[in-house]
Amino acid sequence: MKTEEIFIAGFGGQGVLSMGKILAYSGLMEGKDVSWMPSYGPEQRGGTANVTVILSDNRISSPILNSYDTAIILNQQSLTKFEKSVNPGGILIYDSYGITTPPTRKDILVYRIDAMDKSIEINATKAFNMIILGGYLKIRPIVSLESVLLGLKKSLPERHHHLIPMNEAAIKVGMDIIYQV
Amino acid sequence: MSEEIELMKGNEAIAQAAIRCGCDGYFGYPITPQSEILETLMAEQPWKTTGMVVMQVESEIAAINMVYGGAGCGKKVMTSSSSPGISLKQEGISYIAGAELPCLVVNVMRGGPGLGTIQPSQSDYFQAVKGGGHGDYNMIVLAPASVQEMADFTVLGFDLAFNYLNPVMILADGVIGQMMEKIVLPPFSPRKTAEEIKKLYPWATYGKSKDRKPNVISSLEIDSVEMEQRNLKFQRKFQLMEENEIRYEEFETTDAEYILVAFGSTARICQKSVEIAREQGIKLGLIRPITLWPFPTPILYQYTSKVKHFFSIEMNAGQMVEDIRLAVNGKAKVDFYGRLGGIVPSPIEVVEFVKSKIA
Repeated sequence: MKTEEIFIAGFGGQGVLSMGKILAYSGLMEGKDVSWMPSYGPEQRGGTANVTVILSDNRISSPILNSYDTAIILNQQSLTKFEKSVNPGGILIYDSYGITTPPTRKDILVYRIDAMDKSIEINATKAFNMIILGGYLKIRPIVSLESVLLGLKKSLPERHHHLIPMNEAAIKVGMDIIYQV
Repeated sequence: MSEEIELMKGNEAIAQAAIRCGCDGYFGYPITPQSEILETLMAEQPWKTTGMVVMQVESEIAAINMVYGGAGCGKKVMTSSSSPGISLKQEGISYIAGAELPCLVVNVMRGGPGLGTIQPSQSDYFQAVKGGGHGDYNMIVLAPASVQEMADFTVLGFDLAFNYLNPVMILADGVIGQMMEKIVLPPFSPRKTAEEIKKLYPWATYGKSKDRKPNVISSLEIDSVEMEQRNLKFQRKFQLMEENEIRYEEFETTDAEYILVAFGSTARICQKSVEIAREQGIKLGLIRPITLWPFPTPILYQYTSKVKHFFSIEMNAGQMVEDIRLAVNGKAKVDFYGRLGGIVPSPIEVVEFVKSKIA
Protein backbone atom coordinates (compact mmCIF):
# COMPACT_ATOMS: atom_id res chain seq x y z
CA MET A 1 0.00 0.00 0.00
CA LYS A 2 1.19 3.49 -0.78
CA THR A 3 -1.99 5.44 -0.05
CA GLU A 4 -5.54 4.33 0.68
CA GLU A 5 -8.29 6.93 0.61
CA ILE A 6 -11.46 5.79 2.36
CA PHE A 7 -14.79 7.54 2.61
CA ILE A 8 -17.43 6.34 5.08
CA ALA A 9 -20.98 7.75 5.08
CA GLY A 10 -24.20 6.90 6.87
CA PHE A 11 -26.60 8.09 9.54
CA GLY A 12 -25.39 9.84 12.67
CA GLY A 13 -25.28 7.19 15.40
CA GLN A 14 -24.26 4.30 13.13
CA GLY A 15 -20.67 4.63 14.26
CA VAL A 16 -19.36 6.15 11.03
CA LEU A 17 -16.95 8.54 12.72
CA SER A 18 -15.75 6.04 15.31
CA MET A 19 -15.16 3.37 12.67
CA GLY A 20 -13.01 5.88 10.81
CA LYS A 21 -11.21 6.70 14.03
CA ILE A 22 -10.40 3.01 14.66
CA LEU A 23 -9.07 2.69 11.10
CA ALA A 24 -6.89 5.77 11.62
CA TYR A 25 -5.57 4.43 14.93
CA SER A 26 -4.84 1.08 13.28
CA GLY A 27 -2.78 2.86 10.64
CA LEU A 28 -0.98 4.77 13.38
CA MET A 29 -0.07 1.42 15.01
CA GLU A 30 1.66 0.42 11.78
CA GLY A 31 3.62 3.65 11.59
CA LYS A 32 1.65 5.04 8.66
CA ASP A 33 0.75 8.66 8.14
CA VAL A 34 -2.97 9.07 8.80
CA SER A 35 -5.66 11.72 8.55
CA TRP A 36 -9.27 11.65 9.73
CA MET A 37 -11.52 14.44 8.51
CA PRO A 38 -15.13 14.32 9.71
CA SER A 39 -18.20 16.15 8.67
CA TYR A 40 -18.92 18.05 11.85
CA GLY A 41 -21.77 19.92 13.44
CA PRO A 42 -25.45 19.13 12.96
CA GLU A 43 -24.61 15.57 11.91
CA GLN A 44 -23.99 14.68 15.53
CA ARG A 45 -27.62 15.49 16.21
CA GLY A 46 -29.03 13.11 13.59
CA GLY A 47 -29.00 13.25 9.81
CA THR A 48 -26.09 12.03 7.75
CA ALA A 49 -22.48 11.78 8.90
CA ASN A 50 -19.35 11.12 6.90
CA VAL A 51 -15.63 10.90 7.35
CA THR A 52 -12.60 10.79 5.07
CA VAL A 53 -9.77 8.59 6.32
CA ILE A 54 -6.40 8.47 4.56
CA LEU A 55 -3.66 5.97 5.39
CA SER A 56 -0.36 6.37 3.60
CA ASP A 57 3.25 5.28 3.60
CA ASN A 58 4.08 8.84 2.51
CA ARG A 59 3.23 12.24 3.96
CA ILE A 60 -0.45 13.02 3.34
CA SER A 61 -1.08 16.24 1.45
CA SER A 62 -4.79 17.06 1.27
CA PRO A 63 -7.04 15.58 3.98
CA ILE A 64 -10.02 16.52 1.81
CA LEU A 65 -10.71 14.79 -1.50
CA ASN A 66 -13.47 14.62 -4.05
CA SER A 67 -13.01 10.99 -5.10
CA TYR A 68 -11.94 7.93 -3.16
CA ASP A 69 -10.34 4.49 -3.55
CA THR A 70 -13.00 2.98 -1.32
CA ALA A 71 -16.43 4.22 -0.27
CA ILE A 72 -18.33 2.53 2.54
CA ILE A 73 -21.96 3.58 2.34
CA LEU A 74 -24.50 2.85 5.01
CA ASN A 75 -27.70 4.56 3.89
CA GLN A 76 -29.65 5.41 0.74
CA GLN A 77 -29.10 9.18 0.90
CA SER A 78 -25.34 8.72 1.01
CA LEU A 79 -25.42 6.08 -1.73
CA THR A 80 -27.33 8.40 -4.03
CA LYS A 81 -24.95 11.25 -3.29
CA PHE A 82 -21.58 9.47 -3.25
CA GLU A 83 -21.76 6.49 -5.66
CA LYS A 84 -20.20 8.75 -8.28
CA SER A 85 -17.30 9.64 -5.95
CA VAL A 86 -15.57 6.26 -6.15
CA ASN A 87 -12.46 6.26 -8.35
CA PRO A 88 -12.85 4.10 -11.49
CA GLY A 89 -11.57 0.64 -10.55
CA GLY A 90 -12.24 1.46 -6.89
CA ILE A 91 -14.40 -0.27 -4.33
CA LEU A 92 -17.92 0.46 -3.12
CA ILE A 93 -19.16 -1.40 -0.04
CA TYR A 94 -22.76 -0.92 1.01
CA ASP A 95 -25.03 -2.19 3.71
CA SER A 96 -28.30 -3.38 2.19
CA TYR A 97 -30.52 -2.20 5.08
CA GLY A 98 -32.95 0.44 3.84
CA ILE A 99 -31.43 0.52 0.35
CA THR A 100 -34.12 0.96 -2.29
CA THR A 101 -31.85 1.77 -5.25
CA PRO A 102 -28.72 -0.40 -5.22
CA PRO A 103 -25.53 0.85 -6.92
CA THR A 104 -25.44 0.60 -10.72
CA ARG A 105 -21.86 1.50 -11.70
CA LYS A 106 -20.00 -1.13 -13.74
CA ASP A 107 -16.51 0.42 -13.61
CA ILE A 108 -16.03 -0.23 -9.91
CA LEU A 109 -16.10 -3.30 -7.65
CA VAL A 110 -19.33 -3.37 -5.66
CA TYR A 111 -19.60 -5.38 -2.44
CA ARG A 112 -22.68 -5.89 -0.32
CA ILE A 113 -22.73 -6.62 3.37
CA ASP A 114 -25.94 -7.28 5.32
CA ALA A 115 -24.40 -6.03 8.53
CA MET A 116 -27.52 -4.41 10.00
CA ASP A 117 -29.57 -7.60 9.59
CA LYS A 118 -26.72 -9.68 10.97
CA SER A 119 -26.16 -7.40 13.96
CA ILE A 120 -29.86 -7.75 14.89
CA GLU A 121 -29.70 -11.52 14.38
CA ILE A 122 -26.70 -11.97 16.68
CA ASN A 123 -27.92 -9.33 19.13
CA ALA A 124 -24.90 -7.06 18.56
CA THR A 125 -26.38 -3.89 17.06
CA LYS A 126 -23.82 -1.80 18.93
CA ALA A 127 -21.04 -3.57 17.04
CA PHE A 128 -22.69 -2.87 13.66
CA ASN A 129 -19.83 -0.66 12.54
CA MET A 130 -17.28 -3.33 13.49
CA ILE A 131 -19.07 -5.85 11.27
CA ILE A 132 -18.73 -3.31 8.45
CA LEU A 133 -15.06 -2.75 9.30
CA GLY A 134 -14.47 -6.51 9.17
CA GLY A 135 -16.04 -6.67 5.73
CA TYR A 136 -13.85 -3.84 4.51
CA LEU A 137 -10.67 -5.42 5.90
CA LYS A 138 -11.53 -8.70 4.17
CA ILE A 139 -11.62 -6.87 0.82
CA ARG A 140 -8.79 -4.44 1.58
CA PRO A 141 -6.45 -5.87 4.23
CA ILE A 142 -4.56 -2.59 4.52
CA VAL A 143 -3.92 -3.06 8.23
CA SER A 144 -3.58 -6.28 10.23
CA LEU A 145 -6.28 -7.44 12.63
CA GLU A 146 -3.67 -7.15 15.37
CA SER A 147 -3.22 -3.44 14.60
CA VAL A 148 -6.98 -2.94 14.57
CA LEU A 149 -7.25 -4.44 18.04
CA LEU A 150 -4.42 -2.21 19.24
CA GLY A 151 -6.17 0.71 17.57
CA LEU A 152 -9.41 -0.18 19.34
CA LYS A 153 -7.58 -0.22 22.64
CA LYS A 154 -6.07 3.17 21.94
CA SER A 155 -9.28 4.84 20.75
CA LEU A 156 -11.65 3.41 23.39
CA PRO A 157 -11.64 4.77 26.93
CA GLU A 158 -10.34 2.19 29.41
CA ARG A 159 -13.77 1.55 30.91
CA HIS A 160 -14.83 0.09 27.54
CA HIS A 161 -11.83 -2.18 27.06
CA HIS A 162 -13.84 -5.21 28.18
CA LEU A 163 -15.85 -4.78 24.95
CA ILE A 164 -12.83 -5.42 22.73
CA PRO A 165 -13.37 -9.21 22.41
CA MET A 166 -16.98 -8.57 21.34
CA ASN A 167 -15.72 -6.08 18.73
CA GLU A 168 -13.14 -8.59 17.51
CA ALA A 169 -15.87 -11.19 17.08
CA ALA A 170 -17.97 -8.68 15.12
CA ILE A 171 -15.02 -7.90 12.82
CA LYS A 172 -14.68 -11.63 12.09
CA VAL A 173 -18.42 -11.91 11.38
CA GLY A 174 -18.07 -9.06 8.89
CA MET A 175 -15.21 -10.84 7.15
CA ASP A 176 -17.46 -13.86 6.65
CA ILE A 177 -20.61 -12.22 5.35
CA ILE A 178 -19.36 -9.68 2.79
CA TYR A 179 -19.75 -10.68 -0.85
CA GLN A 180 -19.25 -9.22 -4.30
CA VAL A 181 -22.35 -8.18 -6.22
CA MET B 1 7.26 3.01 17.21
CA SER B 2 7.75 5.88 19.61
CA GLU B 3 5.22 6.21 22.43
CA GLU B 4 5.23 9.96 21.92
CA ILE B 5 3.25 9.90 18.65
CA GLU B 6 -0.44 10.48 19.21
CA LEU B 7 -3.53 10.98 17.12
CA MET B 8 -5.72 13.96 17.89
CA LYS B 9 -7.75 16.86 16.54
CA GLY B 10 -6.15 20.22 15.87
CA ASN B 11 -8.26 21.81 18.59
CA GLU B 12 -7.13 19.19 21.11
CA ALA B 13 -3.52 19.80 20.09
CA ILE B 14 -3.82 23.49 20.98
CA ALA B 15 -5.20 22.64 24.42
CA GLN B 16 -2.53 20.02 25.15
CA ALA B 17 0.27 22.32 23.94
CA ALA B 18 -1.04 25.17 26.09
CA ILE B 19 -0.88 23.03 29.23
CA ARG B 20 2.58 21.72 28.33
CA CYS B 21 4.16 25.09 27.52
CA GLY B 22 3.33 26.52 30.92
CA CYS B 23 0.27 28.58 30.06
CA ASP B 24 -1.16 30.29 33.15
CA GLY B 25 -4.72 30.82 32.03
CA TYR B 26 -7.30 30.14 29.33
CA PHE B 27 -10.55 32.11 29.13
CA GLY B 28 -13.16 31.26 26.53
CA TYR B 29 -16.72 30.74 25.47
CA PRO B 30 -17.70 27.73 23.32
CA ILE B 31 -18.41 28.03 19.60
CA THR B 32 -18.15 25.50 16.76
CA PRO B 33 -15.72 24.58 15.23
CA GLN B 34 -13.29 25.21 18.11
CA SER B 35 -15.16 24.09 21.23
CA GLU B 36 -12.79 21.11 21.71
CA ILE B 37 -10.11 23.56 22.90
CA LEU B 38 -12.17 24.47 25.96
CA GLU B 39 -13.57 20.94 26.29
CA THR B 40 -10.11 19.34 26.27
CA LEU B 41 -8.79 21.83 28.82
CA MET B 42 -11.77 21.15 31.10
CA ALA B 43 -11.31 17.39 30.74
CA GLU B 44 -7.58 17.58 31.45
CA GLN B 45 -8.14 19.70 34.60
CA PRO B 46 -4.69 21.33 34.47
CA TRP B 47 -5.49 23.37 37.61
CA LYS B 48 -4.81 20.15 39.49
CA THR B 49 -1.43 19.58 37.83
CA THR B 50 0.32 22.69 36.50
CA GLY B 51 -1.98 25.15 38.25
CA MET B 52 -3.23 26.58 34.94
CA VAL B 53 -6.59 28.35 35.24
CA VAL B 54 -9.30 27.34 32.77
CA MET B 55 -12.50 29.36 32.72
CA GLN B 56 -15.62 29.11 30.64
CA VAL B 57 -16.78 32.67 31.04
CA GLU B 58 -20.02 34.45 30.24
CA SER B 59 -19.02 35.88 26.87
CA GLU B 60 -16.23 36.34 24.35
CA ILE B 61 -15.86 39.94 25.47
CA ALA B 62 -15.39 38.89 29.10
CA ALA B 63 -12.81 36.32 27.95
CA ILE B 64 -10.59 38.79 26.07
CA ASN B 65 -10.77 41.28 28.95
CA MET B 66 -9.72 38.58 31.41
CA VAL B 67 -6.82 37.93 29.06
CA TYR B 68 -6.05 41.67 29.20
CA GLY B 69 -6.02 41.51 33.00
CA GLY B 70 -3.97 38.33 33.19
CA ALA B 71 -1.44 39.62 30.66
CA GLY B 72 -1.11 42.82 32.68
CA CYS B 73 0.01 40.67 35.62
CA GLY B 74 2.77 39.17 33.46
CA LYS B 75 0.90 35.90 33.03
CA LYS B 76 0.94 33.64 29.97
CA VAL B 77 -2.73 33.81 28.98
CA MET B 78 -4.86 32.98 25.98
CA THR B 79 -8.34 32.86 24.54
CA SER B 80 -9.86 31.13 21.54
CA SER B 81 -13.01 31.43 19.50
CA SER B 82 -14.36 31.23 15.97
CA SER B 83 -15.15 34.08 13.59
CA PRO B 84 -18.25 35.76 15.17
CA GLY B 85 -16.66 35.43 18.61
CA ILE B 86 -13.38 36.88 17.36
CA SER B 87 -15.26 39.93 16.07
CA LEU B 88 -16.52 40.47 19.62
CA LYS B 89 -12.94 40.38 20.94
CA GLN B 90 -11.56 43.07 18.65
CA GLU B 91 -11.88 45.95 21.11
CA GLY B 92 -9.93 43.95 23.70
CA ILE B 93 -7.23 42.97 21.21
CA SER B 94 -6.72 46.62 20.26
CA TYR B 95 -6.44 47.58 23.96
CA ILE B 96 -3.92 44.78 24.58
CA ALA B 97 -1.84 45.95 21.60
CA GLY B 98 -2.11 49.54 22.84
CA ALA B 99 -1.00 48.55 26.35
CA GLU B 100 1.85 46.46 24.87
CA LEU B 101 0.93 43.20 26.51
CA PRO B 102 1.60 39.61 25.37
CA CYS B 103 -1.22 37.15 24.72
CA LEU B 104 -2.31 34.41 22.36
CA VAL B 105 -5.63 34.57 20.50
CA VAL B 106 -6.80 31.56 18.47
CA ASN B 107 -9.36 31.93 15.68
CA VAL B 108 -10.63 28.66 14.17
CA MET B 109 -12.47 30.30 11.29
CA ARG B 110 -15.97 29.45 10.07
CA GLY B 111 -17.97 30.93 7.20
CA GLY B 112 -19.35 34.44 7.60
CA PRO B 113 -20.46 37.17 7.52
CA GLY B 114 -22.71 37.31 10.56
CA LEU B 115 -23.42 34.08 12.37
CA GLY B 116 -22.80 32.43 8.99
CA THR B 117 -22.08 28.72 8.95
CA ILE B 118 -20.09 26.35 11.14
CA GLN B 119 -18.17 25.00 8.14
CA PRO B 120 -14.52 25.96 7.42
CA SER B 121 -13.61 29.31 5.91
CA GLN B 122 -10.71 31.74 5.62
CA SER B 123 -12.75 34.89 5.38
CA ASP B 124 -11.25 36.53 8.48
CA TYR B 125 -7.89 37.12 6.74
CA PHE B 126 -8.44 40.88 6.45
CA GLN B 127 -9.65 41.08 10.05
CA ALA B 128 -6.53 39.29 11.29
CA VAL B 129 -3.83 40.97 9.21
CA LYS B 130 -5.20 44.45 8.52
CA GLY B 131 -6.29 45.41 12.00
CA GLY B 132 -9.64 44.08 13.09
CA GLY B 133 -9.66 46.39 16.06
CA HIS B 134 -9.13 50.14 15.82
CA GLY B 135 -5.88 52.04 15.70
CA ASP B 136 -2.46 51.51 14.11
CA TYR B 137 -1.46 48.09 15.37
CA ASN B 138 -0.39 44.78 13.90
CA MET B 139 -0.13 41.31 15.30
CA ILE B 140 1.92 38.37 14.18
CA VAL B 141 -0.58 36.00 12.55
CA LEU B 142 0.41 32.32 12.33
CA ALA B 143 -1.48 30.06 9.91
CA PRO B 144 -1.11 26.36 10.80
CA ALA B 145 -1.63 23.75 8.07
CA SER B 146 -1.47 20.62 10.21
CA VAL B 147 -2.42 19.34 13.63
CA GLN B 148 1.28 19.31 14.50
CA GLU B 149 1.51 23.02 13.71
CA MET B 150 -1.53 23.75 15.91
CA ALA B 151 0.59 22.55 18.85
CA ASP B 152 3.88 24.01 17.63
CA PHE B 153 2.39 27.46 16.96
CA THR B 154 0.80 27.56 20.41
CA VAL B 155 4.30 27.35 21.87
CA LEU B 156 5.79 29.67 19.25
CA GLY B 157 2.90 32.13 19.51
CA PHE B 158 3.46 32.66 23.22
CA ASP B 159 7.23 33.06 22.68
CA LEU B 160 6.66 35.72 20.02
CA ALA B 161 4.03 37.48 22.13
CA PHE B 162 6.47 37.81 25.04
CA ASN B 163 9.41 38.75 22.77
CA TYR B 164 7.53 41.70 21.33
CA LEU B 165 4.98 42.37 24.09
CA ASN B 166 2.20 42.20 21.57
CA PRO B 167 -0.82 39.95 20.90
CA VAL B 168 -0.21 37.02 18.53
CA MET B 169 -2.98 35.24 16.63
CA ILE B 170 -3.22 31.66 15.41
CA LEU B 171 -5.50 31.82 12.37
CA ALA B 172 -6.75 28.30 11.68
CA ASP B 173 -9.99 27.04 10.16
CA GLY B 174 -12.57 24.32 10.76
CA VAL B 175 -10.61 21.76 8.75
CA ILE B 176 -7.44 22.01 10.82
CA GLY B 177 -9.44 22.31 14.04
CA GLN B 178 -11.59 19.23 13.42
CA MET B 179 -9.26 16.84 11.60
CA MET B 180 -7.16 14.23 13.39
CA GLU B 181 -3.54 13.64 12.47
CA LYS B 182 -0.39 12.28 13.99
CA ILE B 183 1.31 14.60 16.39
CA VAL B 184 4.26 14.75 18.75
CA LEU B 185 3.35 17.03 21.65
CA PRO B 186 5.86 19.59 22.92
CA PRO B 187 7.79 18.77 26.11
CA PHE B 188 6.52 20.00 29.46
CA SER B 189 7.91 23.29 30.70
CA PRO B 190 6.80 24.69 34.05
CA ARG B 191 4.73 27.84 34.55
CA LYS B 192 6.71 30.91 35.60
CA THR B 193 6.83 31.46 39.34
CA ALA B 194 5.83 34.79 40.92
CA GLU B 195 9.53 35.49 41.52
CA GLU B 196 10.42 34.81 37.89
CA ILE B 197 7.62 37.08 36.67
CA LYS B 198 8.88 39.92 38.90
CA LYS B 199 12.36 39.55 37.53
CA LEU B 200 11.51 38.99 33.85
CA TYR B 201 8.58 41.39 33.50
CA PRO B 202 9.27 44.43 35.70
CA TRP B 203 6.41 46.26 33.95
CA ALA B 204 3.79 43.80 35.24
CA THR B 205 1.26 44.59 37.98
CA TYR B 206 2.27 41.83 40.36
CA GLY B 207 1.81 43.84 43.57
CA LYS B 208 3.66 47.02 44.53
CA SER B 209 6.49 47.01 47.01
CA LYS B 210 7.31 50.17 49.02
CA ASP B 211 10.53 50.91 47.13
CA ARG B 212 9.01 51.67 43.75
CA LYS B 213 6.24 53.56 42.00
CA PRO B 214 3.13 51.66 40.89
CA ASN B 215 3.21 49.97 37.49
CA VAL B 216 0.34 51.22 35.36
CA ILE B 217 -1.15 49.19 32.51
CA SER B 218 -3.17 51.38 30.17
CA SER B 219 -3.72 52.05 26.49
CA LEU B 220 -4.93 55.59 27.27
CA GLU B 221 -2.74 58.65 26.63
CA ILE B 222 -4.65 61.93 26.47
CA ASP B 223 -1.64 63.99 25.38
CA SER B 224 -1.37 63.65 21.60
CA VAL B 225 2.32 64.49 21.58
CA GLU B 226 2.93 61.57 23.92
CA MET B 227 0.52 59.36 21.99
CA GLU B 228 2.39 60.01 18.75
CA GLN B 229 5.64 58.98 20.43
CA ARG B 230 3.97 55.86 21.72
CA ASN B 231 2.72 55.06 18.21
CA LEU B 232 6.18 55.60 16.74
CA LYS B 233 7.54 53.12 19.25
CA PHE B 234 4.86 50.62 18.19
CA GLN B 235 5.78 51.14 14.55
CA ARG B 236 9.46 50.43 15.26
CA LYS B 237 8.38 47.21 16.93
CA PHE B 238 6.22 46.22 13.96
CA GLN B 239 9.14 46.95 11.65
CA LEU B 240 11.32 44.59 13.69
CA MET B 241 8.66 41.91 13.32
CA GLU B 242 8.64 42.45 9.55
CA GLU B 243 12.42 42.14 9.45
CA ASN B 244 12.69 39.05 11.65
CA GLU B 245 9.51 37.02 11.78
CA ILE B 246 8.51 36.18 8.22
CA ARG B 247 7.88 32.45 7.92
CA TYR B 248 6.85 30.46 4.85
CA GLU B 249 7.15 27.06 3.21
CA GLU B 250 7.91 26.21 -0.42
CA PHE B 251 6.72 23.09 -2.20
CA GLU B 252 7.99 22.06 -5.67
CA THR B 253 8.99 25.63 -6.52
CA THR B 254 12.53 25.03 -7.83
CA ASP B 255 11.51 24.53 -11.47
CA ALA B 256 7.99 25.94 -11.20
CA GLU B 257 6.53 27.99 -14.05
CA TYR B 258 3.36 28.72 -12.10
CA ILE B 259 2.99 29.19 -8.37
CA LEU B 260 -0.01 28.69 -6.12
CA VAL B 261 -0.10 30.76 -2.96
CA ALA B 262 -2.30 29.34 -0.21
CA PHE B 263 -2.36 29.18 3.58
CA GLY B 264 -3.75 26.84 6.23
CA SER B 265 -5.89 23.92 5.12
CA THR B 266 -6.11 25.35 1.60
CA ALA B 267 -2.33 24.93 1.34
CA ARG B 268 -2.76 21.22 2.09
CA ILE B 269 -5.35 20.94 -0.67
CA CYS B 270 -3.05 22.86 -3.03
CA GLN B 271 -0.17 20.44 -2.28
CA LYS B 272 -2.34 17.71 -3.74
CA SER B 273 -3.18 20.01 -6.67
CA VAL B 274 0.54 20.42 -7.32
CA GLU B 275 0.98 16.62 -7.29
CA ILE B 276 -1.90 16.18 -9.75
CA ALA B 277 -0.71 19.01 -12.03
CA ARG B 278 2.83 17.62 -12.15
CA GLU B 279 1.48 14.20 -13.18
CA GLN B 280 -0.12 16.07 -16.10
CA GLY B 281 3.17 17.78 -16.98
CA ILE B 282 2.29 21.23 -15.61
CA LYS B 283 5.19 22.73 -13.67
CA LEU B 284 3.19 23.99 -10.70
CA GLY B 285 4.61 24.92 -7.30
CA LEU B 286 3.24 26.19 -4.01
CA ILE B 287 4.29 28.89 -1.57
CA ARG B 288 2.58 28.69 1.80
CA PRO B 289 2.80 31.84 3.91
CA ILE B 290 3.07 30.65 7.53
CA THR B 291 3.01 34.18 8.89
CA LEU B 292 0.16 36.03 7.21
CA TRP B 293 1.45 39.12 8.98
CA PRO B 294 4.27 39.81 8.43
CA PHE B 295 3.51 38.59 4.91
CA PRO B 296 6.37 36.97 2.94
CA THR B 297 6.39 39.94 0.57
CA PRO B 298 10.14 39.88 -0.26
CA ILE B 299 10.02 36.13 -1.00
CA LEU B 300 7.19 36.47 -3.51
CA TYR B 301 8.91 39.45 -5.10
CA GLN B 302 12.13 37.42 -5.56
CA TYR B 303 10.16 34.74 -7.41
CA THR B 304 8.93 37.26 -10.00
CA SER B 305 12.37 37.04 -11.66
CA LYS B 306 11.48 33.54 -12.88
CA VAL B 307 7.74 33.03 -12.32
CA LYS B 308 5.29 35.23 -14.21
CA HIS B 309 1.98 33.81 -13.08
CA PHE B 310 0.75 33.37 -9.49
CA PHE B 311 -2.55 31.95 -8.27
CA SER B 312 -4.08 32.86 -4.95
CA ILE B 313 -6.28 30.03 -3.66
CA GLU B 314 -8.43 30.91 -0.65
CA MET B 315 -11.66 30.03 1.13
CA ASN B 316 -12.99 33.57 0.80
CA ALA B 317 -13.88 36.12 -1.87
CA GLY B 318 -10.27 37.22 -2.41
CA GLN B 319 -8.39 38.67 0.54
CA MET B 320 -4.78 37.44 0.61
CA VAL B 321 -4.69 38.02 -3.17
CA GLU B 322 -4.36 41.75 -2.41
CA ASP B 323 -1.14 41.14 -0.46
CA ILE B 324 0.18 38.94 -3.26
CA ARG B 325 -0.50 41.69 -5.81
CA LEU B 326 1.29 44.21 -3.58
CA ALA B 327 4.21 41.78 -3.22
CA VAL B 328 4.71 41.06 -6.94
CA ASN B 329 4.20 44.76 -7.64
CA GLY B 330 3.03 44.35 -11.22
CA LYS B 331 5.89 42.06 -12.21
CA ALA B 332 3.69 38.97 -12.52
CA LYS B 333 0.10 38.10 -13.26
CA VAL B 334 -2.02 37.14 -10.24
CA ASP B 335 -5.27 35.19 -10.58
CA PHE B 336 -7.63 34.35 -7.75
CA TYR B 337 -9.80 31.32 -7.07
CA GLY B 338 -11.93 30.98 -3.97
CA ARG B 339 -14.89 29.15 -2.49
CA LEU B 340 -17.23 30.86 -0.06
CA GLY B 341 -19.49 30.31 2.88
CA GLY B 342 -17.95 27.12 4.25
CA ILE B 343 -17.35 25.27 0.96
CA VAL B 344 -13.87 23.73 0.76
CA PRO B 345 -12.32 23.58 -2.72
CA SER B 346 -11.12 20.19 -3.96
CA PRO B 347 -7.61 19.56 -5.30
CA ILE B 348 -8.97 18.85 -8.83
CA GLU B 349 -11.00 22.05 -8.82
CA VAL B 350 -7.81 24.05 -8.25
CA VAL B 351 -5.96 22.23 -11.05
CA GLU B 352 -8.87 22.85 -13.46
CA PHE B 353 -8.82 26.55 -12.57
CA VAL B 354 -5.08 26.81 -13.22
CA LYS B 355 -5.50 25.01 -16.55
CA SER B 356 -8.30 27.35 -17.59
CA LYS B 357 -6.04 30.35 -16.98
CA ILE B 358 -2.86 29.08 -18.65
CA ALA B 359 -4.51 27.57 -21.74
